[in-house]
Amino acid sequence: MSCKEYDTLMDGYLDGELDLLSTLRVEAHLPECANCAQTYESHRALRSSMSSGKLYFKPPNKLAERIHVALHQANNVERRASPSVRRVLKPIPWGIWWPWLSLAASAVLVSMIAWRFGSGIFRPSAEDLLAQEVLSSHVRSLMADHLTDVPSSDQHTVKPWFNGKLDFSPLVKDLSGDGFPLVGGRLDYLQERPVVALVYQRRKHLINLFVWPSAEESRQKTLTRQGYNLFHWTQSHMTYWVTSDLNQTELQEFVRLVQGHQGR
Amino acid sequence: MAEPNTLTHFEAALLPHLAAAYNLARWLVRNDHDAEDLVQEAYLRAFNSFDGFHGREGRGWILAIVRNTCYTWLQQRRNQELAEVFDEEQHTGEDHSRSPEAVLLRSADAQLLKDALEKLPVEFREILVLRELEGMSYREIADLVGIPVGTVMSRLARGRERLQRQLTHAV
Repeated sequence: MSCKEYDTLMDGYLDGELDLLSTLRVEAHLPECANCAQTYESHRALRSSMSSGKLYFKPPNKLAERIHVALHQANNVERRASPSVRRVLKPIPWGIWWPWLSLAASAVLVSMIAWRFGSGIFRPSAEDLLAQEVLSSHVRSLMADHLTDVPSSDQHTVKPWFNGKLDFSPLVKDLSGDGFPLVGGRLDYLQERPVVALVYQRRKHLINLFVWPSAEESRQKTLTRQGYNLFHWTQSHMTYWVTSDLNQTELQEFVRLVQGHQGR
Repeated sequence: MAEPNTLTHFEAALLPHLAAAYNLARWLVRNDHDAEDLVQEAYLRAFNSFDGFHGREGRGWILAIVRNTCYTWLQQRRNQELAEVFDEEQHTGEDHSRSPEAVLLRSADAQLLKDALEKLPVEFREILVLRELEGMSYREIADLVGIPVGTVMSRLARGRERLQRQLTHAV
């Protein structure tokens, strides 16, 4: 294989995207070739300076509201529109879709009612309900500007803050060395009891880690709800829930780090 | 589609990805004002085809629509940058001045890095943004952009190389 071919593989290696065979090849080549090793180092340096979050453009606050209004207007126009306007807005043969859409909408409505009143038709499991509760708490913490009670990246500030507020003491670890800086801690309420919520960050993605004591044992589970990833496990008589809009691979990495620290 | 429930469902599934949508649009069109308009347009388009969504992964879905909307806009504006990718050969001279320390030192200046990334042709820029800023996997990027995974890898390699060159020539 020529160095030119390694040039491309190097980036796959850097991103952890190569299969085992190619990974071994790159690992064998790097110590032998100063040129490729330099490319690798410089791409690695570039990668770490790009992932600082400083390059991320945040949407202006008013944009969500503006889109919300536009969607409602479009929706209202759609409902009242003459057929010609409707065609401009939506180039879909409505005659075909209408019955199906109303059927789908009714199905959504029925399942929402079933959810609300637990009528027994689609009764969600206890775990589903808890997942929903965890997710709501995560979303609420981002929306209501109540992310942390104790905003600090210092584990020695965050941990003592919980003293006297809880009947257990959580293990608080700063994972900034692993690319997940601690943002702070918050007291939250899940399953009818106060729980610890620790907030971590990767780039612009916030991660909520919920911890409380539990007698039950369960293996690690992964769920996806409304575009959020959730992880759940128990360890040393504690229940853990992790949720974020971070992608599953990186969130899994975070979970492994937390599990590793708790095991120690 | 006209049921209020559908709109609520739509907003719950896709508004959480607004930051990702805006970031991508902003990097594609390179100015705040147009990015805002295009993201709004993309959300309206998405809403109109929401019946094709079927609970798929929301971020990939809305980003694909944002990307299409932005590309259409760029093409309408006859934006030069779409052509720039073909000029690549003229810049591929050897460069021995890229020690990692130098790059780290210089890219520590976020503004410099921002400027350099903005100057990259859009094909490389978008892949770097999706990978480094959005943390997407090669597979997710390949699906979104509609290219093979191998091409994602080679564009990243070339994109990083070009970015590096921009940075070492800056200052």
